Amino acid sequence: MSPMLRMEGVTAAYGAVEALKGVSVHVNAGEIVTLIGANGAGKSTLLMTIFGAPRARQGRITFEGRDITSLPMHEIARAGIAQSPEGRRIFPRMTVRENLLMGAQALGVDPAPGLEQAFTLFPRLKEREAQRGGTLSGGEQQMLAIARALMSKPRLLLLDEPSLGLAPLVVRQIFSAIRRLNAETGLTVLLVEQNANQALRLAHRGYVLVTGRITLEGTGAALLARPEVRDAYLGTH
Amino acid sequence: MAYALQQLINGVALGMIYGLIAVGYTMVYGIIGMINFAHGDIFMVGAFISLISFVLISMGGWTAGPGAILLVLLVSMAITALYGWSVERVAYRPLRGSFRLAPLISAIGMSIVLQNYVQVAQGARVKPIEAIITGNLEIWHGNGFAVSISTMQAVIVVVTLAVLAIFTWLVTRTALGRAMRACEQDRKMAGLLGIDTDRTISITFVIGAALASVAGTMYLLRYGVIDFYIGFLAGVKAFTAAVLGGIGSLPGAVLGGLLIGLIETFWSAYFSVEYKDVATFAILVITLIFMPTGLLGRAEVEKV
Ligand SMILES: Nc1ncnc2c1ncn2[C@@H]1O[C@H](COP(=O)(O)OP(=O)(O)OP(=O)(O)O)[C@@H](O)[C@H]1O
Ligand SMILES: [Mg+2]
Repeated sequence: MSPMLRMEGVTAAYGAVEALKGVSVHVNAGEIVTLIGANGAGKSTLLMTIFGAPRARQGRITFEGRDITSLPMHEIARAGIAQSPEGRRIFPRMTVRENLLMGAQALGVDPAPGLEQAFTLFPRLKEREAQRGGTLSGGEQQMLAIARALMSKPRLLLLDEPSLGLAPLVVRQIFSAIRRLNAETGLTVLLVEQNANQALRLAHRGYVLVTGRITLEGTGAALLARPEVRDAYLGTH
Repeated sequence: MAYALQQLINGVALGMIYGLIAVGYTMVYGIIGMINFAHGDIFMVGAFISLISFVLISMGGWTAGPGAILLVLLVSMAITALYGWSVERVAYRPLRGSFRLAPLISAIGMSIVLQNYVQVAQGARVKPIEAIITGNLEIWHGNGFAVSISTMQAVIVVVTLAVLAIFTWLVTRTALGRAMRACEQDRKMAGLLGIDTDRTISITFVIGAALASVAGTMYLLRYGVIDFYIGFLAGVKAFTAAVLGGIGSLPGAVLGGLLIGLIETFWSAYFSVEYKDVATFAILVITLIFMPTGLLGRAEVEKV
């Protein structure tokens, strides 16, 4: 079976700065795949390039067999991919509820089950339902960003550092939520993480990105065992 | 006292018209961060379409009652909206992502194009129309001065309030309004969530133009004369209203419009009619210098 998402030889740049230098990765349906790498390696760029911002200058991106390399951004979202992006990007002057509704409306999905799921996953959001997004704490915003991405019932979920700024307990909650969604609903996940240890334990497979190039790939366990991964990303000495 | 009350009524009726135009400036600024200098001329086009519609209706032998006015409003809104849509499509969208000044220059160009187009198509002379709404309601008689609301003023206030109510409902309660606010707050995120942001921007121009056309109809009814140049002055005043209210803020635009209408009216009544436009411009300058975020605007926080 062909992979759900495939990027082949993708190059992307901001002006003259080349951030991705011929990257090939794939994600199979039902997998959790993680992408780890140092600051500035191009992880966020890779996730955004899937949505065409920046556009791939070379290479090809396919989703469920369909070439999405040059589709408009909103059509890529409507194809069934959702993203909780870097910086969370909560709509600051909308309530928590409105932020969630935004996640569902463009795809014409009934928001009711999504809201229920969001509030079950993160009861804190239920308490804050009428609060403006911009006044949430960082961790609450992170929960909202993930819940909002889930509202559209995506088949592929892109998560950019969901653990950023969260207390260890909340990080565990979020990781176990990802695992449960994956196991119970078959949600496919591409996860970018600084928290390489936990990410590699959670993921089926992983890639290591170094200044715009994939240098290693393998199962989570295999990557965890690699000395160069341990030295560079796990802080074990 | 009675005189002042009369000025208050006149000022509110005038300010409503400015407020309707100001909403269009502020909406476009909110969503794409540009001043649509052609917006005053869209208002002027709306006034002309209303004029033509009224003439056609009276030629058809229809008496100008509330039904006729409603029909004119709807026709004018529809056609003016098409103009607003075309302006964005032709002059602004191709420049999106270009340097910041490009759409601004293009907007000035569009303004000149619209003025010259109407001047050539309709002639440069002032176009009068017979008074359509007549009648006066005397509400108070104080020391020899009668305070009255003309039926015309009442129509302006009621129509404007109704239109603003529908508009407010649209922006705050519907999925379309939510998409518009999302594009205003973080356009890229809206795109990531599947919102067709170009389409949402188009709809913003369509709605802004429709509101301006309502203002055009009201202006025509109130003054009875229009020419191809009315968009300039009305546009500058409405823009001032938007800045005074806080550019980007919808309630601010309406509030600013009311204030400008009141200031202009009271200034004319107590100081000098000749210098009434100077008063407006002075407010624009003072606001920009001392209170650039306006009354209801929020301080611009640089997004990271
Ligand atoms: N909008 C931009 N304009 C110019 N350069 C950019 C832009 N965004 C990212 N870059 C550059 O592209 C490179 C990759 O950035 P990217 O954000 O993808 O890294 P990252 O792996 O997500 O890093 P981090 O772990 O810090 O989030 C960096 O060198 C960065 O400076
Ligand atoms: Mg990043």
